Amino acid sequence: QSGPKDRMAWVSHVEAIRDRKDQAAFAELFGYFAPRVKAFLMKSGASPDLAEECTQEVMATLWRKAHMFDPAKASVSTWIFTVARNRKIDILRKERRPEPEDLPWGPEAEPEQEEVMTLQQESKKLGKAIADLPDKQKDLILKAYYGELSHSEIAEQTGLPLGTIKSRIRLALDRLRRQMK
Amino acid sequence: MPQEIKHHLTDALLMGYSAGTLPEAFNLVVASHVSLCDECRARLAEFDAVGGEIVAMSETAEMSADSLALTLAAISDAPAEEEQAAAPEITGTAVLPRPIREYVGGDVEAVKWRKIGGGVRQAILRTSKNATARLLYIPAGCAVPDHGHAGTELTLVLQGAFRDETDRFGAGDVEVANEDLDHQPVAEDGEDCICLAATDAPLKFNAMIPKLAQPFLRI
Ligand SMILES: [Zn+2]
Ligand SMILES: [Zn+2]
Repeated sequence: QSGPKDRMAWVSHVEAIRDRKDQAAFAELFGYFAPRVKAFLMKSGASPDLAEECTQEVMATLWRKAHMFDPAKASVSTWIFTVARNRKIDILRKERRPEPEDLPWGPEAEPEQEEVMTLQQESKKLGKAIADLPDKQKDLILKAYYGELSHSEIAEQTGLPLGTIKSRIRLALDRLRRQMK
Repeated sequence: MPQEIKHHLTDALLMGYSAGTLPEAFNLVVASHVSLCDECRARLAEFDAVGGEIVAMSETAEMSADSLALTLAAISDAPAEEEQAAAPEITGTAVLPRPIREYVGGDVEAVKWRKIGGGVRQAILRTSKNATARLLYIPAGCAVPDHGHAGTELTLVLQGAFRDETDRFGAGDVEVANEDLDHQPVAEDGEDCICLAATDAPLKFNAMIPKLAQPFLRI
């Protein structure tokens, strides 16, 4: 599984694509992430064919937007997730996605290596914290991200009052936050 | 922001926005509040990070044999985007945050208001049908009719302030109302109040007149 070293390696892969149009680095990134993005899109309701097509587009976007990736703000998997999510809204729901206004202080200088390391290590910790959650809580969070059930639908399906679900998700997240500290 | 934001988005809304599972009208409220609120911007980044880990730990689905070749071919057809210089946009004087301006096609002066009674005006923004987004213009001291909610109602204050049975909401604040809340928002004296409101179910008015007008006004 991907430790902090691997995460830093993914970061260098994206930089190699950005700086040198490195196809070998892209092929490795593709080999790891494309099958996961495809599975994520299928879980979110896309047919295998649509998920395949959409995943190829997501991966092509990574190539084209490699200069936009900021490893001090996100892990490579977070960046890929946000691109895939936006594509999912576009293709599956045919909706616009309003995005927050960029921060007013404009593009930042090349991030410090130290910051990048810290962020990548924290994202590894987060991954482990999610993996270690009790199955029930993990399942809820996964379902929320796959869009399988909205909060109110979860309540209907399980017969639990809405407040319980909300507090359970909150509990899971509080726990994640604590483990991140 | 001239004043401190006191009322923020819930975890459920930020998570739904991050996951991409909220209706478009709710996404607009979330994106607009996050544009004004650094705290929620940071919380949203956490939810995006959770999404990233979920993809990273996800099972895999087999890609078709020629998928990498096809993707590389698509890439060479459309070359890498040039790094864009940040658009030098003056936003300091705008009342509407950019996500809303993109729907309106400009700032407040571009909004096509319609009267809905009691001095209150509204403009419905074009979003997908599973929820409705509207801008509300409530003159200082005026009230939105007393109502309850069948679903969720998000109200983001963009100018001025209103009070209801629960609290005071100033610029940047977002009120999250649901079935449990009956309220009558009243704009504070001094400045006209402009809000973005999104609902996923029609409001339930407690007086007769708005109920009759409801089908025509789509509120
Ligand atoms: Zn906030
Ligand atoms: Zn209301």
